[in-house]
Amino acid sequence: MEALAALAALTGDEAKAASAAGSAGFAYGLAAIGPGIGIGYLVGKSVEAMARQPEAAGMVRTTMFLGIAFTEALALIGFVVFILIGL
Amino acid sequence: MIALEFPPINEILRWKDLFPGFNKIAIIAVAAALIATIIFLLAGNKDPKQAPKGVRNFAESIVEFIENGIIMQTMGRDGLGWTPFLMSIFTFIYLCNVPGIIPFLQMPATARMALPMFLSLLVWIVFIGTGFKHQGLGYLKSSLFPPGVPKALYILVTPIEFISTFLVRPFSLTVRLFANMLAGHILLVTFALLSEALFQAEGNPGLIPVGVLPLFMLIFLTAFEVLVAFLQAYIFTILTAVYIGGAAHPEH
Repeated sequence: MEALAALAALTGDEAKAASAAGSAGFAYGLAAIGPGIGIGYLVGKSVEAMARQPEAAGMVRTTMFLGIAFTEALALIGFVVFILIGL
Repeated sequence: MIALEFPPINEILRWKDLFPGFNKIAIIAVAAALIATIIFLLAGNKDPKQAPKGVRNFAESIVEFIENGIIMQTMGRDGLGWTPFLMSIFTFIYLCNVPGIIPFLQMPATARMALPMFLSLLVWIVFIGTGFKHQGLGYLKSSLFPPGVPKALYILVTPIEFISTFLVRPFSLTVRLFANMLAGHILLVTFALLSEALFQAEGNPGLIPVGVLPLFMLIFLTAFEVLVAFLQAYIFTILTAVYIGGAAHPEH
């Protein structure tokens, strides 16, 4: 309750900074969900493929890194937004 | 309570100018270029007929990694002519990333936006130029109007392809490298500050042993950054190879 009262007492720029800090956390947290699921799924499937066919491991690994790079970009854009609005 | 004051982002990333327009990040970038050049010049002066050893052995293993690990996997045999370009990109980015974990330097030069941005603009120009060189104006046709799509869908597909090929590619190359190195740097700063604040907790000596935990995390993250520095250089190079390979040979 004390924190809420303190939040209500803020004015102008302070309130803006407080809400920016809060929404920065949300921005990064939400941006990390999708890529987290995506990378987990991608690497899991790649490990499965490598275990089934060890002779194709080199090719699978290259493609896996490509896929990770594309999936990870979303999380990283979220991180940049976090820096831009939060700090 | 402990006093934990996280410094503003400028204090973590901005270094003092040594003289106007030239700070330590520029020194790291120049040093990275010089070190790679010197290593390969030294290696190039060795007698190629003898069995390679020392610096030549090292340089040959890098070339072999670029050829077998990147070009043969993405562009095939035709792409071997791109070895010098891709190898300069790889060594430069790696040597710019690695100072992030070298004591007293502790700053990856690629954690500032400018360096990755110019590298990816260079890659952008190179892959578009390759496309026009190999296919002429057909490059625009094959990249904007992918074959095998119903004619009516081109209204939707062409703008998407334009944005994803010509605008998002350089942007995502930049942001991927920059944000990864920046995130690693901020993580290291956070855990270093946390353990420092816990070790120096005044009036609450019970907190001092707890400071060992973020210290272990810091050591673990430093080891992780060794991996990230290599991986980001590898991913940047492999994406460059994919873009150039895609521009040189259209998909049928």
